Amino acid sequence: MKKLFLAFLLLATNILLFASSAAAQAEQPEMADAMRSNGKIYVVVAVCLIILFGLIGYVIRIDRKLSKLEKQSRD
Amino acid sequence: MHKSWWKITAVVLLVYTIVGGFLMDVPRLFILNESIRNLYFHVSMWFTMMILFCVSLVYSIKYLRTQKYRNDVFASAFAGTGTFMGLLGYATGAVWANYTWVTDQGQSLSNILKEPKLLGAGIAILIYCAYFVLRGSFTDIDKRARVTAVYNIFAFAMLFPTIWIIPRLVGSLHPGAPGSESGNPALNFNDIDSRLRMVFYPAVLGWTLLAVWISTIKIRIKLLSDKSLL
Repeated sequence: MKKLFLAFLLLATNILLFASSAAAQAEQPEMADAMRSNGKIYVVVAVCLIILFGLIGYVIRIDRKLSKLEKQSRD
Repeated sequence: MHKSWWKITAVVLLVYTIVGGFLMDVPRLFILNESIRNLYFHVSMWFTMMILFCVSLVYSIKYLRTQKYRNDVFASAFAGTGTFMGLLGYATGAVWANYTWVTDQGQSLSNILKEPKLLGAGIAILIYCAYFVLRGSFTDIDKRARVTAVYNIFAFAMLFPTIWIIPRLVGSLHPGAPGSESGNPALNFNDIDSRLRMVFYPAVLGWTLLAVWISTIKIRIKLLSDKSLL
């Protein structure tokens, strides 16, 4: 678990470095570089993934229950 | 779960949509800024709606040809999920437009409320809502299936003028309309950036598969509860 966390941290800093070097370039429309340099965009991704997994898990549960019911009514 | 490979595909594609959609590089555009990422969510809702309405149309025609009750169940389930995706597309579009159409360049709220694309999409969704009102007003199953199958074909035919043709004729702030070059520097699908395509097409497929999954669940419930009729 610790190793996984460390790997994720390294990956995150790597991406951060890339993002900050991109931000150093000449004047361009304002994007969310600042937000990314704080690393907080990953918070949003995590929240959205939790919601997505929650919804999909719910659909899978309904699907399973329905399969059981179909099986019952068949025999 | 039987036939689960495409359900797994849907989950994988949606995870890619969210991770790639938030983290991958996007073109830098004025006014839109990071909100261009909404392309993966807002636009795919409408694509999903169109695909589901096409499927619904096919099953309605199949019903009229074969008179099998099963096809009617399929048609109504796909139309229902399609309408729901359309409502989601409308709601997300309202939020997006609020931050990109109302800028400091003289656009007013009254201009936006007269927006042909919004009115057209609203009309299209209402026409499909009427499909469900019509379904609810019949007690006879065969009559309901026949009349609503015909209505579904009409509703599909109305979809094209209201959301594709009229907004392009009269000009609109919405991207893809002739007025949009002057008012809104949004993306044009003829030169949509390849970075956007890399997430956009998987996103459309993923959301469509999820909607089809939900539709099949609705169909199976209906077929199970109406088992005595089949």
